[in-house]
Amino acid sequence: MVEPFSQSFLIEGRNFLNAGKASTEIKSILKQLGVNAAFIRRVAIAAYEAEMNVVMYARKAKMTFQVTPQVIKILVNDEGPGIPDIERAMREGYSTATPEMREMGFGAGMGLPNIKRNSDDFTIESEVGKGTQLGITINIS
Amino acid sequence: MTVQEIIEDLGLSVCCGEGNLTREVTGGYSGDLLSDVMANSKTGNVWITMQIHVNIVAVAVLKEISAIILVNGRQPAEETVRKAIEENLPILQSQLPAFEIAGKLYFLGVVA
Repeated sequence: MVEPFSQSFLIEGRNFLNAGKASTEIKSILKQLGVNAAFIRRVAIAAYEAEMNVVMYARKAKMTFQVTPQVIKILVNDEGPGIPDIERAMREGYSTATPEMREMGFGAGMGLPNIKRNSDDFTIESEVGKGTQLGITINIS
Repeated sequence: MTVQEIIEDLGLSVCCGEGNLTREVTGGYSGDLLSDVMANSKTGNVWITMQIHVNIVAVAVLKEISAIILVNGRQPAEETVRKAIEENLPILQSQLPAFEIAGKLYFLGVVA
């Protein structure tokens, strides 16, 4: 049985040097908690993509990570430009990344689809000019 | 096959991660789009790429990549090496392009 656990991370927009830090920490916590490796792999992908979206597009975000014996949840609440057309943003291959981001290997248009594919439940809400909220749930029981 | 054996067979130079070359290589993945590598590489793969900036280390650590092979003589950024040392992640280099490295790996039996 996995012990309940909860932690929040502050993610800074545009800070590419620290990008991936929260996801890497989440992964090592899950390992310590003894969560099955197959679930950890899915969480790592979803958390990384969510973190990178904040780094690339938002000013900052709070990422909350919760573990219960049944589920792993990641909630991301960012302050940023928001997404005007969520349906389009969810489409594989669609990206609004700048040329600089693309040079670094971002902007494949796979971020949100990768998150959805690795989640058992995925919610996204966004308000233009305010920010975006993601809810990622992975069942582990 | 281990990372060390691949280094010897392909004549790669080692930028960092010398302490972790006995890792077993399960296969390989080639790609410069980070989300593609996140989605499609597998635990223990070697990752062939032209990307040299620090974010490749986070991707490799999250996906438990056994080593990164930089192709076309690309030099990793200073920050990339610093972080890879912290994570004990081997970064290897070749003058050859990605296609040739992938071909040679396949020939050695390192298949996807």
